[in-house]
Amino acid sequence: MTINQISVFLENKYGTLNKVLDLLAEAEIHVIAATVADTTEFGIMRLIVNEPQRAYAVLKSNNVSAYLTDVFAIVLDRASVQIFRDAIARFTQAGLSVEYMYSFVNDGDLVLVLRTNNPESTREVIRRQEMICLTENDLAKL
Amino acid sequence: MYWQKDIETMQRSELEKLQLERLRKTIERASNSPYYGKLFAEMGITPDTVQSLNDLSKLPFTTKDDLRANYPFGMVAIPLEKCVRLHSSSGTTGNPTVVVHSQKDLDEWANQVARCMYMVGLRNTDVFQNTSGYGMFTGGLGFQYGAEKLGALTVPAAAGNSKRQIKFIRDFGTTCLHIIPSYATRLAEVMYEEGIDPVKDTALHTICIGAEPHSEEQRKRIEKMLGVKAYNCFGMSEMNGPGVAFECPEQNGLHIWEDYVIPEIVDPITLQPVPDGQVGELVLTTINREAMPLIRYRTRDLTCFLPGDCPCGRTHRRVARFRGRSDDMVILKGVNFFPIQIEKILMHFKELGSNYLITIETVNSNDEILIEVELNDLFTDDYAVLQQLSRDIIRELKDELLFTPRLKLVAKGSLPVQEGKAVRVKDLRKLI
Repeated sequence: MTINQISVFLENKYGTLNKVLDLLAEAEIHVIAATVADTTEFGIMRLIVNEPQRAYAVLKSNNVSAYLTDVFAIVLDRASVQIFRDAIARFTQAGLSVEYMYSFVNDGDLVLVLRTNNPESTREVIRRQEMICLTENDLAKL
Repeated sequence: MYWQKDIETMQRSELEKLQLERLRKTIERASNSPYYGKLFAEMGITPDTVQSLNDLSKLPFTTKDDLRANYPFGMVAIPLEKCVRLHSSSGTTGNPTVVVHSQKDLDEWANQVARCMYMVGLRNTDVFQNTSGYGMFTGGLGFQYGAEKLGALTVPAAAGNSKRQIKFIRDFGTTCLHIIPSYATRLAEVMYEEGIDPVKDTALHTICIGAEPHSEEQRKRIEKMLGVKAYNCFGMSEMNGPGVAFECPEQNGLHIWEDYVIPEIVDPITLQPVPDGQVGELVLTTINREAMPLIRYRTRDLTCFLPGDCPCGRTHRRVARFRGRSDDMVILKGVNFFPIQIEKILMHFKELGSNYLITIETVNSNDEILIEVELNDLFTDDYAVLQQLSRDIIRELKDELLFTPRLKLVAKGSLPVQEGKAVRVKDLRKLI
């Protein structure tokens, strides 16, 4: 039900993103979604890629501080604000808080990448509400 | 257990008698050098000035500036044709300092180093690899001759080129290294990167670390990384080089070989002796050197005498781990601190690597300190966890330093790699 997200430690320094992206490009890994927040001293770039395990190995062997986490990638059939609102409301009603979230559009579908404060309850909500999640196999095809 | 049991475990009263005798001979010998000859004549100093060791205080101090002013041979007390070796400091600020040795001086120095190595359990069955720079730097030849005297198979690998060092360690079955502490962690990291487990894949069991002040925490980390026992060694080119003081298996303070030097610890301002346990500047008088005796040489190294007897049975006094040179001390906002105090805190945190850099700069006419430290590896993807780690480190640093530094966590491998003597402090303050 979850997929691997790669987190990369970045210093707040000119040009640090390039090194990471150069490595992924050389290894012909497809980046599907990426996000970096505007913190001051250091940052974490979060990435969804088509081959997370291989991407992780490439980064590690080049001395990039990287970390794999499990996140939910929930597929909503249409990029509409009502559907988005309803999806989030289901988690809130179950008492869950969103720690971070970002989204991307895939073939007209809105995909929400999501981490909450309780993965087990999140899993439960997704199962009960019959929500669709992207799997590692889906990623490999992107 | 002892290289020279009679000397290492000599009764204090006997040892002091030996020191007095040698000190008087040293004064006589030193008078033959142009520098001490003139100075002693002016001050009326003769061997008879010293009737007991307490009379040491009647003798003048010698400083590094005196050595520089008498460059190159103004302090040599025997004819140059009886001298066989010369070592010199780099002399980046002004004249370099020079120390000249007779053959007997070199033999004694080798004996001193061999005694240290034997003390930490090294024998002629060991394979000893010296990663010091050779040439003028005394850590190279000093350990070379000492290890040969001990009878160990000695590999003069010299500094740098980690992959080659590792190849030697594996091919020759190296059991002991002499290495700078910052380079020890670097070498361990290169082994890990190459897929080599220092514990399983090498025969290393002991390392001698010195030339850089390092904390107990740094020592423990090195011991764990390489799977060895690490012993702190102290020396300086003015006092021959390595072998002046060395830790015994107790790893609690360094024994100063008092048949070679008379140690004093004084307040660097008043120059009066400080009580045992109180930190001051180490002052050393050579009492077993022919070519270039030095009287009450101010080392600028800060340490204290450890009170009490050492369980190892050696009677030569112990000094505490060195806190750094008096010139390493940083004064910021009226507070004094040593870089090693910062290292001690950083090494508490297992999330952090061993490489760090302290930058002092003037920001808006305020002096500020920035500490950059490498993360060991990313262990979370949560900003809050990293920010909390940052806050915890800053809190501990503040408790130690009494002011709040800025801290920056940086990615592994992003600070300059330390292969020589580590540069830990960059002082960019503008002088107003």
